[in-house]
Amino acid sequence: MLTATDLACDRGGRRVFQSVTFAVGSSDYLELRGPNGTGKSSLLRLLAGFDAPAGGTLRLEGSERVAEAAHYVGHLDAVKPALTVRENLSFWREFLGGGDIHAALDAFQLMPLADDPASLLSQGQRRRLALSRIVLVQRPLWLLDEPTVGLDAASLTRLGALIAAHRAAGGMLIAATHADLTAQPTAILNMGELR
Amino acid sequence: MNSFTAIIKRDLLLALRQGGGLGPALGFILAVLVLVPLSVGPDQNLLQRLAPGIIWLTLLLAVLLTADRIFNQDLDDGSLELMSMHRMSLEGVAFAKAIAHWLSVGLPLAIVSPFLGFLLNLDVAILGVLLLSMVIGSLALSMLAAIGGAVTSGLKRGGLLITLLVLPLYVPVMIFGISVTASVMGPGRSLPSLLVLLAITLVATVISPWASAAALRVYLK
Repeated sequence: MLTATDLACDRGGRRVFQSVTFAVGSSDYLELRGPNGTGKSSLLRLLAGFDAPAGGTLRLEGSERVAEAAHYVGHLDAVKPALTVRENLSFWREFLGGGDIHAALDAFQLMPLADDPASLLSQGQRRRLALSRIVLVQRPLWLLDEPTVGLDAASLTRLGALIAAHRAAGGMLIAATHADLTAQPTAILNMGELR
Repeated sequence: MNSFTAIIKRDLLLALRQGGGLGPALGFILAVLVLVPLSVGPDQNLLQRLAPGIIWLTLLLAVLLTADRIFNQDLDDGSLELMSMHRMSLEGVAFAKAIAHWLSVGLPLAIVSPFLGFLLNLDVAILGVLLLSMVIGSLALSMLAAIGGAVTSGLKRGGLLITLLVLPLYVPVMIFGISVTASVMGPGRSLPSLLVLLAITLVATVISPWASAAALRVYLK
């Protein structure tokens, strides 16, 4: 159970949002909505621990830091062009301490590209590589910021299936998206109305 | 500990694949050492006296040249964000990256450049001491370079700024590094200077991860 009470966020001295309160339980999907610039990404970055909240509290049951229990996929892909697809994943496996590379490669059909340098990947393929990290290691909370950007229809379906499996296993999901994730949100937080 | 070695392994592999770190730095040292006799003149005794100082100076500058590579890429492509979420502290990440920089740039340069000193008629008798002092000192150089690299990691074209920030920190390393060899050539013993150099290196190693991590946190926001 992830609970946020009265969260506030400042960026560059300006208040981006305040009084954000929500609770996400197991198998829940909280969808963040709102026009550009209303703080969807800022909220996700706050949850990922890149910045401390300007106010309010954030608590995740059974974990001291929310970030440690979370996967974050944001606008940056964290893909090293000089390494192959497999080497990229195997670094994260070693760094995060265990994980199944085979399953991760399989999740977004990257197996045929496994030994190609990541510099040859297209935008969508890089995205798929970034997303396959969430399969590599089990984490109870997924924070996805516009995960569908650049994905083709087949990958979208796969992402939808992964999300369904993650939720079926009791996982939590918080995502900001303008596209359809083919998942039914349990709650919707409209950031545009918080100003 | 696994995360720590994972970062070092990856950074060494990247250094090997991408190039641009050790190669150009070595070329830079070689170019300067070739130019010095041309500018100072062919006086062999003068060159021999200047040699240790000039080799140290070029090593400092060469390490500085590569400092912006330590954190820039990982910050730009989002790797650092993901690393910061992990159990391992950002200080640990910064330390691993600084060690990887030392292994891939600082240490090889420190081992090779004393031999390039023969271009300046370096006295063979001080080669061993110079090598030892440079190997020890290069760890301090990499650690301090990491601080500069972290402070400027979010800035475009931070290269010149790194030089301004880090060069003052390099002064004690250089002074004691050179005094190790100077005492071999003249009166006095080199052990005290070597111990001070070692102490400076240890202090730099302790401070660097904290300072780098503090700077990186600002850019991660």
